[in-house]
Amino acid sequence: MLFLIIKRILLGFITLFIVSIITFVGTEVLPGDACTTYLERQAFGEQLEACYRRLGLNVPAYERYVSWALNAIQGDFGYSLSGEMPIKDVLGPRIKNSLVLASAAIFIGIPIALILGIITALWRDKLPDVAISTVTIFAMTIPEFISATLLILIIAIWLEWLPGIVIVPTDVSFLELLPNIILPVVAIAMIMTAHMARMVRSSVIQVMASEYVQMAILKGVPYWKMVFKHVLPNALLPAINVVALTIAWLLGGVVVTEVVFNYPGLGRLVIESISNRDLPTVQALAIILASIYVSINLLADLLTLMLNPRLKTLQIRK
Amino acid sequence: MTDIIQKVKNLSIGFRSKKGDEILILKNISTNIKKGETVGIVGESGSGKSTLALAMMGYVKHGLYTIGGECQFNSSNLLKMKSKDLEKIRGRKIAMIPQNAGQALTPNLKIGYQIDEALQLHSDFDEKEREKKISELLNKVRLPSPETIALRYPHELSGGQQQRVAVAMALAGTPDLLLLDEPTTGLDVTTQAHVLELLNFIAKDTGTSMVYVSHDLGAIAQVSDRIIVMYSGEIVLEGPSRDILKRPIHPYTHGLLKSIPKLSLAGLPESMPGSQPQPGTIQSGCSFFDRCNFSDENCKNNSPQLEFLKDLNTSVRCFNYEKLVNESQASQTINKIKNKSQDKEILNLSEVSISYAKQKLLDQIFNRISDDNPTVKDININIKKGETIALVGESGSGKSTILKSIAGLLRTKDGLIRFDENRNLSSDLKERDPNDLRIIQLIFQNPDESLNPNHTVEEIIAQPLKLYFGLKGEELKKNIIDLLQKVRLGEFYTSRYPRQLSGGEKQRVAVARAFAAKPDIILCDEVTSALDVSVQAAVLNLLQQLKEDFGTTYIFVSHDLAVVRAISDRVAVLYQGRLCEVGPSNDVYKFPSHPYTEVLLGAVLEPDPDIKPKLVAEDIVEERPPEKGCSFQGRCSRIVGDICKKEIPPWQLTDSGNAIRCHIPIKELQKEQF
Repeated sequence: MLFLIIKRILLGFITLFIVSIITFVGTEVLPGDACTTYLERQAFGEQLEACYRRLGLNVPAYERYVSWALNAIQGDFGYSLSGEMPIKDVLGPRIKNSLVLASAAIFIGIPIALILGIITALWRDKLPDVAISTVTIFAMTIPEFISATLLILIIAIWLEWLPGIVIVPTDVSFLELLPNIILPVVAIAMIMTAHMARMVRSSVIQVMASEYVQMAILKGVPYWKMVFKHVLPNALLPAINVVALTIAWLLGGVVVTEVVFNYPGLGRLVIESISNRDLPTVQALAIILASIYVSINLLADLLTLMLNPRLKTLQIRK
Repeated sequence: MTDIIQKVKNLSIGFRSKKGDEILILKNISTNIKKGETVGIVGESGSGKSTLALAMMGYVKHGLYTIGGECQFNSSNLLKMKSKDLEKIRGRKIAMIPQNAGQALTPNLKIGYQIDEALQLHSDFDEKEREKKISELLNKVRLPSPETIALRYPHELSGGQQQRVAVAMALAGTPDLLLLDEPTTGLDVTTQAHVLELLNFIAKDTGTSMVYVSHDLGAIAQVSDRIIVMYSGEIVLEGPSRDILKRPIHPYTHGLLKSIPKLSLAGLPESMPGSQPQPGTIQSGCSFFDRCNFSDENCKNNSPQLEFLKDLNTSVRCFNYEKLVNESQASQTINKIKNKSQDKEILNLSEVSISYAKQKLLDQIFNRISDDNPTVKDININIKKGETIALVGESGSGKSTILKSIAGLLRTKDGLIRFDENRNLSSDLKERDPNDLRIIQLIFQNPDESLNPNHTVEEIIAQPLKLYFGLKGEELKKNIIDLLQKVRLGEFYTSRYPRQLSGGEKQRVAVARAFAAKPDIILCDEVTSALDVSVQAAVLNLLQQLKEDFGTTYIFVSHDLAVVRAISDRVAVLYQGRLCEVGPSNDVYKFPSHPYTEVLLGAVLEPDPDIKPKLVAEDIVEERPPEKGCSFQGRCSRIVGDICKKEIPPWQLTDSGNAIRCHIPIKELQKEQF
C-alpha cells in the first residue's frame, strides 16, 4: 500500500516534469519571444540585445530551463512581462480568488448533486425523477455564457439584487468579495451540479439493478437501510473520481464564467497572459494548473483505493 | 390442507411491449409447495422459472408486473402485500439462495456483517449470541475457520465458499421455505457436487421446504422429490421426481432427457430441433408444437391444458401424452461416432510451459520469461489428424491457457508447438504467417461476445474467405451460402445481425466462420457451455458431422465430462496446468485410474435419481501448483507417502494405451476402483 502511494506520487512528479518541458519547448518554438513582444517596433539592434541580456535570454535554452525549473520548485516563477512584477505576486491573489469561487461552488454544488442524483435514481421513472431530470438536462445543455448572461439580466439588471459584474481590486478581502461571487457561483454550480447529478443517478441505478441489491431486498432488509448500507457506498465510489475532475476543472479556472462576470480568477489570467504574450506567466500557469490536476486526481485515486475493499486487497496481493 | 406452505394460484406475470401489447412471461401457473418437500423447477433459459421463484417471495423484477393470480403464503397474497410486511417474511419465513453468490453478496460489506444483518432483522439475539450464531452458521455450511472467514470481504473467497456463505445467510433467519435459483451453476463439478450434498443435508436436518430452480436436470435429480418442468412460461409437466426422470410423458421433457449426454454412454445424444419461442410469439396452439415429434393438427390449433393423471400422480400439458406412456423410458438412441482418426500426426506439443507471472524488468528487456513454477508445465501431447482430443479439468487447470498458446494468443515459456510433423509454430501471433493462422481456427464459448454485433452474418463469414482466399463477388457469395447450409442455416440468414439470432444459431455462425478458413485444426473453447441443453446436443451433432465431412481435427476444451465423453476420441486430464492422464476416452471413462480423474468422474451429476455422485476429495481451491512433487498432492485421497510430495510422478502405460502420471502402480490403481 505504502509502496503504491509512493509510486503514484513519483508518477505525479514525472507528469509535472513532462508538462514543464512541453510548455517550455512550446514557448521556445513559438515565433517571437518576450523581448520582441515587449519592445514591439523597437525590437532590433542594441535595444533587443540589451533586453535579451536583461532577461537572460541570451544563454542556451536548456540552461534557461534548468535555472527556471530550479526557481519554480521554490515558488519563484520569475517576472511577469506586462506588469514587471514577480509572477508569484500576480498569481497569489488570483489563486485565492479562484479557490474562493471553487470552494463555494463545491460546497453548494456537490451536496445538491448527490441528493438530486440519489432522488432521481430511487424514484426512477416516477414524477420526482422526470421533473428533476428534465431540469438537469436543461441546465447541462445551456452553455454557461448564456446562463451567466441571463442571470445577470434577471438578477442584476431587472431585479437589481446583486452586482452584475465583479468590479473589485484583485486583492480584496473575503467578506468584500462575497456578494460579488454569488452570481458566478450559481452559474458554475448549475452546470456542474447537473452533470454530477446525472452521473450519480446512473451509478445508483446500476447498483440498484445489481444482484446484491436484489439479494438484500429478498433478505428482508428495510428499504432505507438497504439504500444506505448496500447501495450508496457502492454507487458513490465511482463518483469520487468525477468529483475530483470537477474540482480540478473549477480550480483551473472556469474561463467563460470569469470573463462574463469579470471575475479576477486564474481562468481570466490565463486568457490575459496569452493575449499579452506574457510567456513567463503562461508557463507558470501551465505548471500550476497541471499540479492542481495531478494532485487532485492523486487524492481521488488514493481515496478510492482506501474505500474500495476490492482494490485494496488486490493491490496487496500483487 | 394445512401442510401446504406456498400456494401459487393462476399466476400470470408479464410486461408491456413497445407496441403496447401485454406479453406474458408466466402463463396461468398454479402449484403448491408442501412442508418439508423439495421441488425442482426445471426449464431452459427464458422458460420463466426464475420469475416464478422470485414471485414466490413476492418479488417482481423492474419492468415486469403481475397480470393476475396470487402467491399465497400463510393464506396471504405476497404479490399484494405492503413492503413493510414483506420485509418480515423475506429472509425470515422465505429465504433465497441466489444463482451467483459472487454477485449477490454486497462487495463493500464483510461476510460476518452480511450474516449478522440477517440475524439482526430476523432474530432476537443480542450481540454476543449473534456472534456465536454466525460461527455456528458458517460451521454448518462447512467453511473452514469461521472466525477469520467472517472478517473477509466476498471477493476474497472462492466461488464455492461464496455460495456457502449465501447458504449460511439464508439459514440465518431459520426460514420455512428456501428458494434456490441455480445455486450451483457456474461452480466447478466437484464444488457443485459438494454444495448439493450440503443442501441435501440441510433439507433433512432442518426440515425446510425447498424450491430448486435449475436448467440442469442432473442437479435437480439429486435433490428434488417433485419436479416441475417449464416451457415458454407454462408448466408442461409436474410429478414425482423419479417418474419424471425415468418416464417423461411430455414430449419436451422426453426430448430434453435424450439430449443430455450421459457419462455411461459413448457417442452423441439425440438433438431436439429448433429452440424455445420468444415470449409473445405464440398465438394459438401448443407452444411446443413446432419442435414436437408427436404433434398433429389438433396441437397446432388448440392449446392443451394441464391435465392431472391420477394413476401416474402426474400433471401433463399434452394431447398426445399416451403415445409417450407407451414409449416408456426415454430410449437412448445414440449415433455412434465413426472414428476416422489417422495415424498421421498433425500437432505436437512438446515440453510446453506457460507462465502468467509478471516478469521482472531485466527479463522484459531481454524478452524472456522466467518462472520456476509456471502455470502450465511440461505438456506433451501428440495429436493425430482427424481425431478429437478433449482437455478436461476444473477452472484453473490450464486447459484454456493451452488453447490460447496453440492459437498464438499467449506466448509460451518453453517448449515447441509443431504442426504437420515438420513446421514449428511460434506461440507469438506476430511471427506466424497467414497460412499458419489459417490452419488453426478458434470457436469461443460465448457467441454473443465473439460475433461483431455490427456485422451481418454475411460479413462475419466473408471475412476469413476474403482474408485467406481473396474471394470476391459471386464466388464469395456462393461460398458463404455453402457454409451456411453446411451449418444448417438457410440463405436468408445472410442479412441478419447476431442480435436477431438465437444462442444456437449464433454458435452455428461462429462454427461457419471457423470452417470458412478451411482449417486443419479447430480449437473449441467450452463451445456448448453457454447453450441450453437441447441446443447443445444439436451443436455437438453438427460439429461431429462437419468433422466427418472435412476431416478436421478438434481440440475440445470443456469442464463438462459428459459432453467430452460424447464427442472426443481421446481425453487429456489436467490439474493445475499439469497432465494427469492421457488416453482413449473409452479407457479414461471406463478405468478412472488417476485419483484426480476418479474425483472428477465421481462428481458428475446425472439426470437419474439412482446415480448419486461420489465425493472422493475435498473441494479445496489451490491458488498455485505445488513447487515439488505431484500436482494433485494437495487434494489426493490416495497419497502413498513422501514420494508424492517430493518427486514428480512417472508416466505409466496401461495395456490399452492409457498414460497415467501417478506413483501408485497401475495394477493397484485399477484394483481399487469403485
